Amino acid sequence: MSAPARWADLRRFTAARVALGRAGNGLPTAAHLDFQEAHARARDAVWSALDPEALAAALAPLGLPVRHVASEAEDRRTYLLRPDLGRRLRAGDRARLATDPAPGAMAFVVADGLCATGVQAQAPAVLAEAVPLLRRAGVPLGPVVVATQGRVALGDEVGEALGAGMVAVLIGERPGLSATDSLGIYLTLAPRRGRTDAERNCLSNIRPGGMAPRAAAETLAWLVGAARRIGATGIALKDEQPRGVLPPP
Amino acid sequence: MGFAHTVGGTRHVFPDLRALLARATPPRSGDALAGLAAASAQERVAAQRALAELPLRHFLSEAVIPYEVDEVTRLILDRHDAAAFAPVAHLTVGGFRDWLLSEAADAAALSALAPGLAPEMVAAVSKIMRLQDLVAVAAKCRVTTRFRNTIGLPGRLSIRLQPNDPVDDPRGVAAAILDGLLLGAGDAVIGVNPATDNVETTLRLLDLLDAVRERYAIPTQTCVLAHVTTTLLAIGRGAPVDLVFQSIGGTEAANRSFGVSLSLLAEAREATLALRRGTVGDNVMYFETGQGSALSAEAHHGVDQQTVEARAYAVAREFAPLLVNSVVGFIGPEYLFDGKQIIRAGLEDHFCGKLLGLPMGVDVCYTNHAEADQDDMDALLTLLGVAGVTYVMGVPGADDVMLAYQSTSFHDGLYVRAALGRRPAPEFEAWMERMGLEAGAREGRLPLAPALAGLA
Repeated sequence: MSAPARWADLRRFTAARVALGRAGNGLPTAAHLDFQEAHARARDAVWSALDPEALAAALAPLGLPVRHVASEAEDRRTYLLRPDLGRRLRAGDRARLATDPAPGAMAFVVADGLCATGVQAQAPAVLAEAVPLLRRAGVPLGPVVVATQGRVALGDEVGEALGAGMVAVLIGERPGLSATDSLGIYLTLAPRRGRTDAERNCLSNIRPGGMAPRAAAETLAWLVGAARRIGATGIALKDEQPRGVLPPP
Repeated sequence: MGFAHTVGGTRHVFPDLRALLARATPPRSGDALAGLAAASAQERVAAQRALAELPLRHFLSEAVIPYEVDEVTRLILDRHDAAAFAPVAHLTVGGFRDWLLSEAADAAALSALAPGLAPEMVAAVSKIMRLQDLVAVAAKCRVTTRFRNTIGLPGRLSIRLQPNDPVDDPRGVAAAILDGLLLGAGDAVIGVNPATDNVETTLRLLDLLDAVRERYAIPTQTCVLAHVTTTLLAIGRGAPVDLVFQSIGGTEAANRSFGVSLSLLAEAREATLALRRGTVGDNVMYFETGQGSALSAEAHHGVDQQTVEARAYAVAREFAPLLVNSVVGFIGPEYLFDGKQIIRAGLEDHFCGKLLGLPMGVDVCYTNHAEADQDDMDALLTLLGVAGVTYVMGVPGADDVMLAYQSTSFHDGLYVRAALGRRPAPEFEAWMERMGLEAGAREGRLPLAPALAGLA
């Protein structure tokens, strides 16, 4: 049995799986198989790989130096089972970063995280919007560091090696059934190894149908300004920027 | 003090209680990641045998994390109720397992015992129990809590309606709420995880949830699962806060990584109680926990993840919560690798929470980077239903479009209630009948007007 027409109208308001109808208490066959297909797609997205060269080309118009690093996780399976390795720079990369530091600047890390496809698409779009805003605000900008098999906390070591004053990690979020291309941004003031998640501010769901690159860039710029004002990121920095009525999904 | 046991001619030595508990733990990736797991199956069973011989009293004299350095240890030991503990004080861990399975351990005895149990005792006994033991004992526990309805009564199974939206769009949230209500979800709580921890967004969502609840006159409670400090700000601005939510862990350092402490949780509870919004009770706290969160924050002190998880329940019970749930499969494969590990952990968490006297629910869930699928979730949901789980989640089509993971769907809730003869909380069930929800669905009508939720 499919859902009554007015019930089905709910789909106008959300991308969530509402008004699926019922087969007894279960899902109708088509809805069940839709789910299975989406799960299969997400499973494959987890195993997608970042293309650092293509990414560097897409980032070139920003006019910032682009550097490449890798974590200590040597492959995807190790990455999934050993997050500690994904938070550490591969031997040599730390020293290489330190040879060309960016003291006090804001550095960017673009990492594959749990889904490379979203990073490849969203990160250049977000940075293209954010970099001009930050420049206009007088924020000194450091390099964009492209990292493979990276976790959020890899940004702490990258920032520390560069002597950066702040780091924004743009990273692939774990793929969901409806979104296999979602980007998250984690902002950390005075990055150094050992920072906890309570010392970061996070933006999530940056993707088509979620937060747009422009909105993400504006929020990031607002957070950067606030962090510089109060000298902190994390729970001490509440996102209190005014919000208008959100556009439809 | 060390422990030892000989298995297959090899003497296995465990230097302290932490090591004994960790080596005795059934396999999971998080303990391997932490370097705490048994090196072989035989070492594991040696640890289990040594653990079975350990007197329960020992847990009152050897803390897994020192009293001096951890406020959760201090809470556990300072709050221990020796009189409640007396009926089992002479038992070993193995003897305790036998007693729990016996007829002597009925609902009344287990309720009376709860304040006498330290979380490490409960974790220890769970490590030498099979799934059927975890199910059978949990099914005997009775924990009832109240706010605007009554949760945890025998024969009932409640559902948290989780109407998350990727951009906190009020219409997206409202549409998911309506879908869930029409399918019988929402008696545990209507609780939104905000996409960003923004004070204005939280205020707006709180107003929306409260308005929807009022317009349909639903006997339930609502919650925006923002950080506790955000909720305190919202209370300060006069927002309609029913429940204060917080993720918690089993060590002081884990809680610090969440940006909370026991005193902050107490402050939040006082502020929420002062609003006096409950109609049938005043359980105002909602906690989430999950194995692996302490290790993830490097705050586990060499204690295995399941024992740390049980310690989080000692934090929870200090604040008389309405709801507590483990988000068992959410944290990822580095802590619970596959369906088998998730299923066992979910049943352990439910068992430990119930034995410690908590209104325990489970977010039966998995992420796309774990080796798990819907079949695993069906197995865990069904087992938890038999075990008397207080509540599970309800997400449209099992797909949380904001948090990017799979939980149980509204349909799953219908399934488990029907398969096991469980009903919603009584006040909510009466409301469903009054509104004609089941009849409406059968006849193809929509008994809840979308316009009342702002959808037109």
